Amino acid sequence: MTTQALPAAATAAEEQVRHYTFKKRRGPVIRGYIGLAIIVIWGLAPFYWMVVTAFRDVGFTFDTTPWPTHVTLDNFRTAFSTARGNHFGHALVNSVIIGVVTTAVAMLVGVFAAYALSRLNFPGKYFVLGIVLGASMFPGVALVSPLFQLFSSWGWLNGYNYQALIIPNISFALPLTVYTLTAFFGEMPWELEESARMDGCTPGQAFRKIMLPLAAPGLFTTAILAFISSWNEFLLSSQFSTSKTQPVTVAIAFFTGAQPHQEPYTTVMAAATIVTVPLIIMVLVFQRAIVSGLTAGGVKG
Amino acid sequence: MSTVAQTRRAVPRRRGPKSLNAGQGRRGLLLVLPTIALLGVVIIYPVIKAIVMSFQKDAGLDKATGMFVQGGYAGLANYKHWVLQQCNTPTGAVTCGPGTLGGQTYDALWVTLFFTVVAVAIEMVLGLWFATIMNRTFRGRGIVRAAILVPWAIPTAVTAKLWFFIFAYDGIANHLLGLVGVQPLLWTGDAWPSRFAVIIADVWKTTPFMALLILAGLQVISSDVYEAAQIDGATKWQTFTRITLPLVKVPLMVAVLFRTLDTLRIFDLPYILTGGGGGSGHATTTLSILVIRQIRAGFNSASALSTLVFILIAVVAFLFIKFGGADVIRRPPGTAPKRRFWRRATPAQATEGN
Repeated sequence: MTTQALPAAATAAEEQVRHYTFKKRRGPVIRGYIGLAIIVIWGLAPFYWMVVTAFRDVGFTFDTTPWPTHVTLDNFRTAFSTARGNHFGHALVNSVIIGVVTTAVAMLVGVFAAYALSRLNFPGKYFVLGIVLGASMFPGVALVSPLFQLFSSWGWLNGYNYQALIIPNISFALPLTVYTLTAFFGEMPWELEESARMDGCTPGQAFRKIMLPLAAPGLFTTAILAFISSWNEFLLSSQFSTSKTQPVTVAIAFFTGAQPHQEPYTTVMAAATIVTVPLIIMVLVFQRAIVSGLTAGGVKG
Repeated sequence: MSTVAQTRRAVPRRRGPKSLNAGQGRRGLLLVLPTIALLGVVIIYPVIKAIVMSFQKDAGLDKATGMFVQGGYAGLANYKHWVLQQCNTPTGAVTCGPGTLGGQTYDALWVTLFFTVVAVAIEMVLGLWFATIMNRTFRGRGIVRAAILVPWAIPTAVTAKLWFFIFAYDGIANHLLGLVGVQPLLWTGDAWPSRFAVIIADVWKTTPFMALLILAGLQVISSDVYEAAQIDGATKWQTFTRITLPLVKVPLMVAVLFRTLDTLRIFDLPYILTGGGGGSGHATTTLSILVIRQIRAGFNSASALSTLVFILIAVVAFLFIKFGGADVIRRPPGTAPKRRFWRRATPAQATEGN
C-alpha cells in the first residue's frame, strides 16, 4: 500500500525500507498466527472446559473427551434446585440488585468528581486525585473487621440488609468510576463546551445539553466496568452477606452437593456458566469500549 | 484585565470570555465533595476505626480469671501478637505455637510475597509477549481481543471453582500430565502443588489485563522507530531491549504496580481453590486469609493485622511510584506534561502514534 505512494525515484534507503517491509510479511506471518492461536486457546480453553462439563452427565464428570459427550441439561436444573440448601436463583437476583445499586450510586456521585478533576482547577485537586487513586489500591480486607463490628451492632448481618453489601462495594466501585471517567473526560472535545457557554449556556446547561450526550459512550463503559467489578466481588460479600442477600460469587463458592465433602463439580460448572455467560456476551458486544475503558483508567482487573 | 472588567460593568449579568473560568475553585470543590464524603464514610472512617480497634483487647474470656471481659486498652499487645508472635496465656505472654493463628504471620507473609513475586513476574513476561503478538496487525484481532477478555471477565470466585475442577485428582490437568508421563499431583492438597495451582489460576486470569495495558503502550510507538532500527541493522533482540522496552516502560510499570498491589491482597483464589490449605494446612494462607480467619476469634487483633497489611501495601505502592517509574497520577489537559502516563513516550512519537 505504501509502496504505491513512493515516488518513482526511490532512494536507496527507501528501497531498503520496502525490502524490509516485504521481508517482514513472510515467515513472521505464520508465527504471528501461531501466537494469536495460543492467545485464543489461553483465553478460551478453560472456559470451554467449564461449559462442556456443565452440559455433561454427572456420572461422566471426569470424562476427558475434548468435545461434548453425554449432553444433558440436568446440571442446570440441579443448580437452580433449592433441595440441597442452595439458593442460586435467588443469589442471581441479589447480585443484580447489588450490582445495579452500587453502579448507580458510584456513577451518580463519581460523574461530578470526574468532571471537576478533568476540567476544573481548584485547590486540593491533586490531593483529591491522590485519595481516589489510593482508594483504588486499597486492600478490601482492611475494611472487614471494623465494618463487621459496626454492621453486627446495627443488626445488618441478618435478613434482607442489602446495604451491608452495597456500602462496602462503593469502596472500590467509586474510585474505579472516578478514575475511569476522569480519563474519558480528559479526552473529550471540551471546546464545544466553551462555545456552548459563549452562546449563553450556564455551566450546568453546557454540561447537560452538550457534553453529557458526547460523554455517553464513556459513561456507559464505566458503568459496565463498575457493574462487572461489583458482580465479581467475593471477599466483602462473603463476610457481610446473609442467606437472604448472598450474591452469586458466594453462592458458587459454597455450593453444597448431595453428600457433605462431595464437590458437585458439574452443578457448579453449570452455575458458573450461567454467571459467566452474561459477562461474556457483554464483553463480546462492548469489547472495544471495555478495552479502552480498562486501559484509559488503568483500573484493576 | 481592565477591558474585561469594563465589559462586565457595561453588560450586567452577562459574563465576558474571561469570566468563563470564574468560580472554578468553589465549583470544583463542590463537585468533588460528595465523592470525598462517600469515600470518607466507606474507607477513611473504617480505616481509622480499625486503627483504634487494633489498640483494644478482644472481648472474650480472660484466660487468667476465666471471666468474660469487654476488652479495654491493649497497648501494643495486638501488634506484638502478630509481629513478635506473643500469645497471652494465664502465665503471661509466650511465643505462639505453630498451631495458632498468631504463629502464622510470617508464613502468611512469605506465601503472599511468593505469590506476588512469582505470579507478577510470569504475568509481566507473558503479558509482554501477548501484547507484542497482538500489536502486529493481523486479521482476526477482534476475536483475539474477545478471547483475551474472557479470563478477565470471569469472576475470580468462578475462576477458582473452574480451576478446582481442572486440578481435581481425576481432572483434566492430571490427565494431560499423564499423557506426558507425569504422575498425578494432589493439586489442592500438597503444599507446593497447591501454591502453584493458585499461581497458575492467577496468571491465567490476569495476564490478559497486563497484556491489554502493555498493548495500549505499544500501540503509540511509531512504526518509524522500528523501521529506522531495521535500517540501522538492529537485531530483533536489540530492537526489543533498546526500543520497545524503554518506550513501554511507564505503562508496563503501572500494570506491574496494579498487579503487585492486587496480588498482595489476594484472597478469593487461594481461599476458594485450596481453602488456604495444602500441605501442613496453611501452605496457601495469605495475609488476607489470615485476617478473615482471625475475625471469628476477635475483631481487634484482626484489625491490627489488617492495619499491618494496609501499611505493607501502602509502602509497596509508595516505593513503586517513587522509584519504580510507575507514574500513576495523571495531569489533566492544560497542565504539563500533557501526555497521559500510558502514552508518555517522546512527544514526537506520541503525536505520530495517533
